[in-house]
Amino acid sequence: MTWEPVIGLEIHVQLKTLTKMFCRCPVGFGAGENTQTCPVCLGFPGALPVMNRQAIEWTILLGLALNCEIAPVAMFSRKHYPYPDLPKGYQISQYDLPSCTNGNVVLPTADGDRVIGIVRAHLEEDAAKTVHVGGRTGRIGGAEYSLIDFNRGGTPLVEIVTEPHLHSADEAKRFLQLLRQTIVELGISDAEMEKGALRADANVSVRPAGSDELRTRTELKNMNSFNFIARGIEAEAERQIAVWESGEEVRQETYDFDAAHGGLTARRAKEEADDYRYFPEPDLVPVEPPAGLVERLRSELPELPAARIRRIEVALDLDRATVLVTGGLDRLWEDTVAAGAGAVAAANVIANSVVGAGVDVDAVAPAELARLVEARERIPRAAFDEAIAKVGDPRFTADLYLAQEAVSDTAELEPIVDAILAANPGQVEAYRGGKEGLLGFFVGQVMKETQGKANARVVSELVRSKLQT
Amino acid sequence: MVPVVDTLRLTAEDALDLVERGEVSPAELHASYLEAIGERDGELHAYLRIVESAEGASIPIALKDVISTKGVETTAGSRILSGYVPVFDATVAARCKAAGLTLLGKTNTDEFAMGSSTENSAWGPSRNPWDPSLVPGGSGGGTAAAVSAGLAPWGLGSDTGGSIKQPSALCGNVGLRPTYGTVSRYGVVAFASSLDQVGPVAKTVRDVALLYSIIAGRDSNDSTTVELPEPVQLPDGERLDGLRIGVPKQIESLDAIEPGVRAAFERSLELARELGADVGECDLPTSYRYGMPCYYLVAPAEASSNLARYDGVRYGPRTEAASYDEMVERTRDEGFGAEPKRRIMLGTYALSAGYYDAFYGQAQKVRTLLIREHREALSRFDVIATPTSPTVAFPLGDKAADPLAMYACDLLTIPSCLAGLPGLSIPCGLSDDLPVGLQLLGPQFGENALFRAGHALEQAIGFDTVPMRWRAATESGAR
Repeated sequence: MTWEPVIGLEIHVQLKTLTKMFCRCPVGFGAGENTQTCPVCLGFPGALPVMNRQAIEWTILLGLALNCEIAPVAMFSRKHYPYPDLPKGYQISQYDLPSCTNGNVVLPTADGDRVIGIVRAHLEEDAAKTVHVGGRTGRIGGAEYSLIDFNRGGTPLVEIVTEPHLHSADEAKRFLQLLRQTIVELGISDAEMEKGALRADANVSVRPAGSDELRTRTELKNMNSFNFIARGIEAEAERQIAVWESGEEVRQETYDFDAAHGGLTARRAKEEADDYRYFPEPDLVPVEPPAGLVERLRSELPELPAARIRRIEVALDLDRATVLVTGGLDRLWEDTVAAGAGAVAAANVIANSVVGAGVDVDAVAPAELARLVEARERIPRAAFDEAIAKVGDPRFTADLYLAQEAVSDTAELEPIVDAILAANPGQVEAYRGGKEGLLGFFVGQVMKETQGKANARVVSELVRSKLQT
Repeated sequence: MVPVVDTLRLTAEDALDLVERGEVSPAELHASYLEAIGERDGELHAYLRIVESAEGASIPIALKDVISTKGVETTAGSRILSGYVPVFDATVAARCKAAGLTLLGKTNTDEFAMGSSTENSAWGPSRNPWDPSLVPGGSGGGTAAAVSAGLAPWGLGSDTGGSIKQPSALCGNVGLRPTYGTVSRYGVVAFASSLDQVGPVAKTVRDVALLYSIIAGRDSNDSTTVELPEPVQLPDGERLDGLRIGVPKQIESLDAIEPGVRAAFERSLELARELGADVGECDLPTSYRYGMPCYYLVAPAEASSNLARYDGVRYGPRTEAASYDEMVERTRDEGFGAEPKRRIMLGTYALSAGYYDAFYGQAQKVRTLLIREHREALSRFDVIATPTSPTVAFPLGDKAADPLAMYACDLLTIPSCLAGLPGLSIPCGLSDDLPVGLQLLGPQFGENALFRAGHALEQAIGFDTVPMRWRAATESGAR
């Protein structure tokens, strides 16, 4: 039997507002522990929350980008659970009346557009950061002592919940990359996973391909990179398939992804279900966006990544278009092509060379880059690499590099090629046996020998013709 | 040292007058109150904490211990906050300070304002100045006893279901529970957020109006506050011509109301008619039938949530234990008294999955009915009048073992609290030589109308706010 994974995601996004969700403490990363705190975010007696207008507007903006319905009246509720990272004993969170519901994201794939449903996007406050010292598990139970940093507590957090519309680890990863880019372009979050500004949990189940049943799902938490998410989902789907095929049943459990071992660890099963005792937050009034706000925000929406992928793939292909857009590179690509560079060549140079050199793409002058792209085969490799490394510098000009000519004279290159082939008889034999991928190896050796001055295209033709004889 | 002024009979207005005319300095006035406290508070225990030095340029004030005061311990009458010294002033405390008022001290309260007698204070009960064997009412019994005994010219209380009005009635003071949303709750230790309101307690309606004008109005730290639609007016009229007073017909059949209380209430209605008011009958059937059960779902539910923060992690005492869970459990077990524990359990149950709709959800629907019912009655009447408390002050220990009997003290004050409406209690006579309170209820933001009616009635009633046992002393004493 063929199995199909069924995946839904819950994504938390920290908004980069200047101040916290319900108080005026600054939001920020890296300040001294507990220095960005006040009576409100420390839960002192009598302290009261006041909503952050910017956070509400950004949540609505994100909702619009996710094609959601925007609630004319949204409400905050109190979600109770006892843990020291929650100073009030409850988290203030939108619950039954969230700001954004019923949306979707179009995910361009090779098989056409996949429409991924968005159940809701709601606003809440982040918990504080805890560090449990001593004990084996890094958890509060068994720890010698625990430290709490309340700086993060109260940071505005949007939770996005998708429908279980994703059907492979790769699809989930692509969806997240697209979503992340959307969030970054809206300017509402840095969405950096390594800083915890973007966090994703996955609900995973499997079913026989072609059926529409929903089997017991498990929850994967603490996956802090796109690759970990893909690996975690893949591993969990495989585990579940093995469980079903052995005649057992999958149990509803929560797993933590352990990056150190690349594996999943089940959390201790709880004896009873959580009861968060939600009720409407009486310290706040309902969120009623003023007339015109939603329409103003809608008019401010930029062209979104999914649409841009579809637009630019016409000149490229889906994969290149996706890499450019989700990498935030497509604007430079468009400008570079407009300045006269070839579409595919420009895409390759930007996605590989420019990014690889760590250049700030926003600082690149497209016209100069276009000249380099067009001259890349004519000028020495070393000159090209050096030029790319500096292409983001202020007042960069390609003139100096374009003046250099690569060595294209076969009479000059032939002895070098012969020497390289003679020095690597094993690789020569392998190439002739069918491992044509070794061509790059020979070209690389020649480039090294000539200190990057050889014309790579000429060298590669020379090698190929010599090995054919 | 002979006190400069006799504080027993001194109203806040008179005190302000003395200071403004330069007859008494703020420091001398403060010292006079400290003198009175030294003399009488040993018996009454109105205060939990005294502030010795006078800093303000005006007269003193007593604040209920649920109001955060920067640098001055604030316990809300609970052991779980013992030693807790706020780093910020509640908005009402800050506004008093800005008006030049000097903090005299923090007054006793039932733990987290839960109770009707102050017997639930972790620091021992307060006593009624009229008869120290009796309770002063609660939860704000400390402020009420202090004002009645001349230990403060005025004070602030907090009212969730009657904690300002009921002790004011039992101690012979004037007390106002303002319209929900007119006074900031920022920095006021929360009991039930959708019901809590801070309000003034004083000897006269004019004093109450004046203090209300100091504390009321929008606060950017409390999203539920609004600006007053009209400025506070100090009342000075003596007539009630054309005022329509509605008396709920359900009052007639409430057996809980003592005959002496009923008699004093009816005498004040007579006086109102003589002053030109039209007294008629209104109908609040849901209020008296379902008000109490509704309140005892909403208030404990919110309390169970508001009290979740007391975990021993960030402030207050901590009982050390081997694990975090056990530390929290033991800290809360030792920190909370019986009444908060009872309400945490009630409220937790009422909010539990599967019970929410039947309890908290249903109570909110009842609340909507109460709001509608009051609005309907107040469309035909300017004010609604009832006794404030069904009884006069009762002996300490009388109801302490019977929570339901204690809860019944607030039978008449609770419905309008659930409806978010303002209520003024003024003393309207004596029953068995103990004060009886008259409750006047108005529409949202109807405080000025309550002040006018209350002031005119106050003049006509001529109630002497000085407890009888001290009258001889104060009459001979010079002011």
